[in-house]
Amino acid sequence: MKTESSGPGPAGGGLDNAAYAQLRRSPEFERLRLAFRRFVFPMTAAFLAWYLLYVVLSAYARDFMGHKVAGEINVALVFGLLQFVSTFLIAWAYERYARRRLEPLADGVRANADRIPGKEAG
Amino acid sequence: MTAGQLAAPVLAASDNEHRTFSLILFAAFVAITLYITIWASRQNKTAADFYAGGRQFTPIQNGLAISGDYMSAASFLGIAGLFALSGYDGFLYSIGFLVAWLVALLLVAELLRNSGRFTMADVLAFRMRQRPVRAAAGISTIVVSIFYLLAQMVGAGALVGLLLDVSGESAKIWTIVVVGALMIFYVTVGGMRGTTWVQVVKAVMLMTGAIVMTVWVLSKYSFNISDLLGAAADKSGKGDAFLRPGLKYGATNVWSKLDLLSLGLALVLGTAGLPHILIRFYTVPNSRAARTSVNWAIGIIGVFYLMTLVIGFGAAALVGGKAIAAQDKGGNTAAPQLAQELGGGSGSTGGAVFLAIIAAVAFATILAVVAGLTLASSSSFSHDLFANVFRRGRTTEREEVVTARYAAIVIGAVAIVLSIFARGLNVAFLVALAFAIAASANLPTLLFSLFWKRFNTVGAVAGIYGGLVSAVGLVLLSPICWGGKSDTIPKGNVDALFSETTVAPIPLQNPGLISIPIGFLCAYLGTVLSKERTDEKYAELEVRALTGTGAH
Repeated sequence: MKTESSGPGPAGGGLDNAAYAQLRRSPEFERLRLAFRRFVFPMTAAFLAWYLLYVVLSAYARDFMGHKVAGEINVALVFGLLQFVSTFLIAWAYERYARRRLEPLADGVRANADRIPGKEAG
Repeated sequence: MTAGQLAAPVLAASDNEHRTFSLILFAAFVAITLYITIWASRQNKTAADFYAGGRQFTPIQNGLAISGDYMSAASFLGIAGLFALSGYDGFLYSIGFLVAWLVALLLVAELLRNSGRFTMADVLAFRMRQRPVRAAAGISTIVVSIFYLLAQMVGAGALVGLLLDVSGESAKIWTIVVVGALMIFYVTVGGMRGTTWVQVVKAVMLMTGAIVMTVWVLSKYSFNISDLLGAAADKSGKGDAFLRPGLKYGATNVWSKLDLLSLGLALVLGTAGLPHILIRFYTVPNSRAARTSVNWAIGIIGVFYLMTLVIGFGAAALVGGKAIAAQDKGGNTAAPQLAQELGGGSGSTGGAVFLAIIAAVAFATILAVVAGLTLASSSSFSHDLFANVFRRGRTTEREEVVTARYAAIVIGAVAIVLSIFARGLNVAFLVALAFAIAASANLPTLLFSLFWKRFNTVGAVAGIYGGLVSAVGLVLLSPICWGGKSDTIPKGNVDALFSETTVAPIPLQNPGLISIPIGFLCAYLGTVLSKERTDEKYAELEVRALTGTGAH
């Protein structure tokens, strides 16, 4: 396939197709991909389910949502505030995971890329 | 018909001193941003400067700019008004807007930063045939941005009448023209660098204004949230129902509850497909900075939406739903009216000053958002449609940037003209529609591009057009356009665009519930029905996206 991607498109990054295929098969890269997917896929499923639960309860379980917990504060308000809390916590947890686990793995793959002989000038 | 037209501008009928002060403050904002824009234009030399602001913004700066792009007048005035008039239901909107950022954080931001260059289509077309995919992505980008622009500009026209007490059609038209001219100037002269600084200034102003109002409201209730809620519920006359979901959304029957789910789905999945948000990830040096800037944005936007809860309920408790609805039946003036009340009420100097400050913040908000949208659509026109579709990649960077500038002028002019024609229509639904298109057309293609090895050109093109056409088509068949009374909308919709009596074929106002699955399905079917394999390029995309090798 002829790619028109030089020029205004994405640059090749100095490596050819064979080099990328080789990198992709390397155990370092497979570890990185697994570590990335193991975090983001279950977490995405979890927060979407948690959010949809909130929306569904808001639509169909109004008496439950209107139940007062303390003073004028009801379940709906607590549930809504928990969505804020969970969003902040997931963002914080991902930042931590990315710094401790993903970035060192990505550094390892990039170090391998620098050693690949097929690297073009530039 | 906009809500603004129906309301008499009683807000300032008794005192006009806030108007002068408001105009001075707004002029100061414009002067500062124009200065920044001209300063930024001197730094702009390359295409990367124009499209991506030189990629040297810090995560905090970009986090503020993302927040500035995202917190539109719809979120500030609209959600505060929703809380003030419909109570709890405002929360359904703001929570969707916030949780959506996790999709952008986990699945999109870093990968896009690593593998793309200037536009969303850089990633969508990475391993595909360039022309068809870039054409589709460019069209989708421009449609989403124009719809969003129209909602903001028509809203600006309606607001100026209310906030500055100038009535009449010519005031609205002039507001739209001035807003349009300023946004064109920011984009053509300042490019991404200038526009980013405008967003930063606006975000700081908006957050400061919101913090002052929130603390002020809370201090009136000894920082006891329960007391505030109780006072709001009492004054609303709706009692406990005001604090529960359902006054506005999903109140009546099966369809209206599905409509609520549909809205929720579009809000949570739309953000990560909004082109003017996606191009913000290119303004930082690397993927770590893209990630931390999203985290800053999540913090800023989250705190902001928590404050709109207090501001909205504060307006309900202190101003009262009747006074707000008398001013604007959509509730868009709830926050400015609350400011006037906090400052000492109508007729007092304090009230006039605080009203003027919040009105100026609202204009700054609108102006910054429309600039971001114009930049996204003109970048995509130039980089995707002009350079890669029309010229097949044979252009110079200089030609591209010149084209982007002309595109900003043309798109801005089109938006001005359309907004002037649409000024009497109720276009608030266009924001929700922009999110629905982003979720139906852009997100499926973006996710499949990044995560599905088998994905190919036909799949990408089918996904974008399928999602785009189904989202727009469903709205054209919805009660937004056909307002006839039916079981699903017993009162009918007198603001319907085409007919007030014909019954809508599709009872849903929000298309997301149907169009998002259609977008994913079209992308899937298009892929498996085509023989093309893009495995080699996928290896490159995957390695680059995850590691940052060869990133721009």
